Amino acid sequence: MTDTTTNSQPRSVRRSRPVSSYLLRRPKLRLLALLALPMTWIIGVYIFSLFLLLITAFWNVDPFTSLVSPGFNLENFSLVLTNPSYIATSVRTLLIALTVTLVCIMFAVPLGIFMAKIARPWLRNTLAVAITLPLWAGYLVKIIAMRLVFTEEGFFNWAMSPIGVRGPGFSVPIVILTLTYLWFPYMALPVYTAIRQIPPNLFDASSDMGAKGFTTVWRVVIPLIVPAMIAGSVFTFSLSLGDYLAARFTGGATQMIGSIIAANINLNPPVAAAYSMVPITFVVIYLMVARRTGSLERM
Amino acid sequence: MRMKKHALLSAISAAALIVASCGGDGSADVEIQVPDIPMHQEMGEFEGELNIVNWSGFVEPAWTDKFTADTGCKVNPRVAGTSDEMVTLMRTGQYDIVSASGDAALRLIVGGDVQPLNIELIPNFSDDIAEGMKGNVYDTVNGKPYGVPIGRGANLLQYNDTVTGGAPESWDVVWELDSPYKGKITAYDAPIYIADAAVYLMYHKPELNIKNPYALDKDQLAAAIDLLKQQNQIIGEYWSDPVAQITSFVGGNTVVGTSWEVLRKFAAQDNLKTTLPKEGSTGWFDSWLVSSSTPNINCAYAWMDYTSRPEVNGAIAVNFGMAPANTAFCKSSEEAQAHCDTFFAEDEEFFKQVWPWTTPIETCVDGRKDVMCTSFQDWTNAWATVKG
Repeated sequence: MTDTTTNSQPRSVRRSRPVSSYLLRRPKLRLLALLALPMTWIIGVYIFSLFLLLITAFWNVDPFTSLVSPGFNLENFSLVLTNPSYIATSVRTLLIALTVTLVCIMFAVPLGIFMAKIARPWLRNTLAVAITLPLWAGYLVKIIAMRLVFTEEGFFNWAMSPIGVRGPGFSVPIVILTLTYLWFPYMALPVYTAIRQIPPNLFDASSDMGAKGFTTVWRVVIPLIVPAMIAGSVFTFSLSLGDYLAARFTGGATQMIGSIIAANINLNPPVAAAYSMVPITFVVIYLMVARRTGSLERM
Repeated sequence: MRMKKHALLSAISAAALIVASCGGDGSADVEIQVPDIPMHQEMGEFEGELNIVNWSGFVEPAWTDKFTADTGCKVNPRVAGTSDEMVTLMRTGQYDIVSASGDAALRLIVGGDVQPLNIELIPNFSDDIAEGMKGNVYDTVNGKPYGVPIGRGANLLQYNDTVTGGAPESWDVVWELDSPYKGKITAYDAPIYIADAAVYLMYHKPELNIKNPYALDKDQLAAAIDLLKQQNQIIGEYWSDPVAQITSFVGGNTVVGTSWEVLRKFAAQDNLKTTLPKEGSTGWFDSWLVSSSTPNINCAYAWMDYTSRPEVNGAIAVNFGMAPANTAFCKSSEEAQAHCDTFFAEDEEFFKQVWPWTTPIETCVDGRKDVMCTSFQDWTNAWATVKG
């Protein structure tokens, strides 16, 4: 090849991009090409497999062999809605998930304010690493770690024995603590980012108008970070709702929705499928409420 | 023939020990509807592979390597954690053989998932197999054997001796509201645990007339469930994961509860001990069952014969921590005898107080014809109401 050809080459290549120019004239095809991959994923893999699972909620199970056969009955749903133990578990799980979310918010807001507005850069970075560090450890490892800390002869009771305090043993409070520990980063990070993005002059303005620190936090900061809190709560709430290993290892006899689904998945898959509608319903309601506040648009 | 003799024996022992359980079998003359599946007639060429669903510790290179060298059957083990998982796995049709406990075995037999066995093709299934492991209703249906025994163990009462100061005589410490160990009790987390409640009721509430903890009519099941709900108020933890159970006992969260001898050994604490309370108990009796759709039938038979050899059967039993089915192993060395003694391998009197896990079915396995018994599905549904 000579110099002249290489010089003129780029321009001619740019002009003759057959795919681009073909798509330019066909906007619908363009859209299709853009969405093909994500849609295959969402519909083909995600929704379809979920649908396959949920459809079995209407199926029958052989009373003796536990074999599942296609059919249509609503007995599994009526069992889920009438069994007192299932109802109690649904309510308990909902309360646990809400408490975990609240505790996460209570920890995340002061921490976020400190990191964004008060801490020096090196401390801010250290804290950011400290918050995200637990995400690197295995999920099961963290749960077992909490189990070891709170056993009768574990670290907590040992460390607290000089002041005569004893842990509550494996029970709902420890489950809440474990879940908070597991999901805290999902709340802390968006809240911290939101606080960092608040322009400093808003704080100046607030103080010029005579507001003290707490008033500023309450009247200026909190309203501005509500979307971040809701974004974080979507994670803390729905992840807590679906969890069952925390309850199994740190909850003693505590049952959560996931415990019942796990117990039924081999013995009676249709009941497990029917019962998995409960957390789905909770999350859908939660998302609808969150949408009403308008914060999902600003996520 | 063996069945009949056994049934007679059990009738006599049941009459003799009015309240104490007879265990070992409960077959009476129970007729159970099962799909008609032909059995293997003669050994042919080895297929080259064998896919096994097994309890952890049943299939190890220490004895599979020799088997593969001898037969050319490559062993692919798949460990399952619970009986229910085993049943689910076997139903996929991807496995040839399973080490099923009695509560899985009868379900698989009635479901047509496993085939009757031709014992003549398994020469090592001999007189050395412990008497209490032959002809039991969970793997011998209508006189046809479906399983080759591997080993057995009892669900014992484990206790923390430092706290209890001696062995509890009765299971009442895990059932009654006035238990001194309230909040520090553990129970097995599966529907089959209902049978443990039934064993306790057999002793303490004779008016319920429970003759076999796996043959409960509606009222008897309701009574067992009431007892389990009562226990739920004083329970500390339910266990299905052995590691969680061990850490719970070692960490002091649990003082008394259901356990296996092998878990006590793993816990390795001098103050943790096991006992068989006066009411008797339940236990797990494991056998090899062969899939009805297996393409590797000759490898499966060879495997059952191989693992019934005293030394191989003993190796499995020692590794898992249970009583071997083949008692000839016990005589092979001093260590073997010590193992057999620890796990009561030759002590039929001990195992007479132990009711082997059996899937509850609508046909009453205690021989009653006038009522319908509750099925495993009823047990599963009832179990779901126990935990609050």
